[in-house]
Amino acid sequence: MKLTDMTAVELSAAIKEKKTTVMEAVEAVFEKIAEKEESLNCYVTLDQEGALRRAREVQKRIEAGELTGPLAGVPVAVKDNMCTKGMLTTCSSKILENFVPTYTAEAVIKLEEAGAVIIGKTNMDEFAMGSTTETSAYGATKNPWNEAHVPGGSSGGSAAAVAAGECFMALGSDTGGSIRQPASFCGVVGMKPTYGTVSRYGLIAYGSSLDQIGPLCKDVTDCAAILETIASHDEKDSTSVKRDDTDFMSALVEDVKGMRIGIPRDYFTEGLSAEVRESVLAAAQLLRQAGAVVEEFDLSLVDYAIPAYYTIASAEASSNLERFDGVKYGYRAQDCEGLHPMYKKTRSEGFGVEVKRRIMLGSFVLSSGYYDAYYLKALRVKALIKKAFDDAFAKYDIILGPAAPTTAPELGKSLQDPIKMYLGDIYTISVNLAGLPGICLPCGIDGKGLPIGVQMIGNCFEEKKLLRAAYTYERARGTFVRRGEV
Amino acid sequence: MANVISDETIEYVGILAKLELSEDEKEQAKKDMGSMLDYIDKLGELDTSSVEPMSHVFPVENVFREDVVTNGDMRDELLSNAPGEKDGMFVVPRTFD
Repeated sequence: MKLTDMTAVELSAAIKEKKTTVMEAVEAVFEKIAEKEESLNCYVTLDQEGALRRAREVQKRIEAGELTGPLAGVPVAVKDNMCTKGMLTTCSSKILENFVPTYTAEAVIKLEEAGAVIIGKTNMDEFAMGSTTETSAYGATKNPWNEAHVPGGSSGGSAAAVAAGECFMALGSDTGGSIRQPASFCGVVGMKPTYGTVSRYGLIAYGSSLDQIGPLCKDVTDCAAILETIASHDEKDSTSVKRDDTDFMSALVEDVKGMRIGIPRDYFTEGLSAEVRESVLAAAQLLRQAGAVVEEFDLSLVDYAIPAYYTIASAEASSNLERFDGVKYGYRAQDCEGLHPMYKKTRSEGFGVEVKRRIMLGSFVLSSGYYDAYYLKALRVKALIKKAFDDAFAKYDIILGPAAPTTAPELGKSLQDPIKMYLGDIYTISVNLAGLPGICLPCGIDGKGLPIGVQMIGNCFEEKKLLRAAYTYERARGTFVRRGEV
Repeated sequence: MANVISDETIEYVGILAKLELSEDEKEQAKKDMGSMLDYIDKLGELDTSSVEPMSHVFPVENVFREDVVTNGDMRDELLSNAPGEKDGMFVVPRTFD
């Protein structure tokens, strides 16, 4: 087996068994990058020298028996909205083109403590606002399965890098589907944990009440290993939740006998591609054959999730992005007379079209006279959506459906019509509104040769049920041909 | 389009958002915001009169801690990111005469 075809957990085991070394793993990844990065553009920043230096240090600590965890020695890519001390962090925006953080995000620290080796920062939609990675100020990322198509977004660089073998695993962030949808489009596994499970300290905020960091990786075992590593209670993030059940690898059990799986009828309506529908239903059938009780039900309120989300997320974004004003870090416009004109010119030149669109909308829905009608209304609808999920989880252990209505669209076809693009988030967005965990894993390939993903949604704090169902499905499905092996 | 955004509204939102839009950008923003608000108006179909707004999905309370400094002096490191710096301070354009 080629080194870059190994999963993260397989690689770490091979290093411990002295079949390979951390340096060889890093070199293999950079060979792949040399071969593919020019056309794919998965990364904003790469640090080969730093990664090799760190690899030698980690190798020694593995040999000394100090690093024994399942991810020791594994090269990892980090989405460029997580701060990394001493390494450029741009959020794929011009306004942070020269920002070098003085501290590292907590989730990244957890990976470093476990012996992972950071190789670079992945491309994304600017400030995580987009579904295609085309709003990046540093060029679009391409889908490794077919370079005429997008990788999805906003964690498109992370998903594409995993699919192309340009890293062994990656971190992404998910505000409305930004891990699960690119996982679906790139044929990899992606998971958004329950809100509060992973610290958001050092994650550059977009919609704080919805943002959550999670893994993008090659299989469900890697997913459990990464989540177990990055989950933590962190006093530096006041929304962080104290959990004592974060031994997620213990959930990798092949058993769904008696598990109740609900399929929302309202996810299988007009707009869903026939190939995606068939493939996702076939995945449900495999779980039924493995002993799960699968039935259809009406989730309700599905059509209200997107308008509620864009109201809430834009409102939070308009507030969170106020800090980018050209004073303390990042880009500053030249030749400004006075402080206030400097703020305005800096922001107008530094932000891209989609970011400005959402800041404007957010400022409007929070403004005096409209706050109740739009922002509070959306928070009330959020409560109704949460209630609909509570009712569903009274009857079912997990909910199963598609992650996106279609496979990856062609490059250049999505940005002209924002509302149409937003509609592509219909199956992922309500999970963030309700704070739930969701996982996406590959379940098929369409007629164009692009991967299809199945999404499983769990009740809050029930990642273990999700991982058990996903692991059982993965075993029943058999090896999914990854791009590196095609 | 049901929601027609006036020039005054776009001016006002531009001030709130601290964005300076060109004439073309303003026209586009009027269209974009109008169509998004038309779409968001769909929420009005739901009766939410007896529903409390939910800002957080879990019943969490404020997290308090003692106001103790835990990080060290990072002045020079922090200033190294500043677009303008002088004598250990941020430099900004003149704010008053």
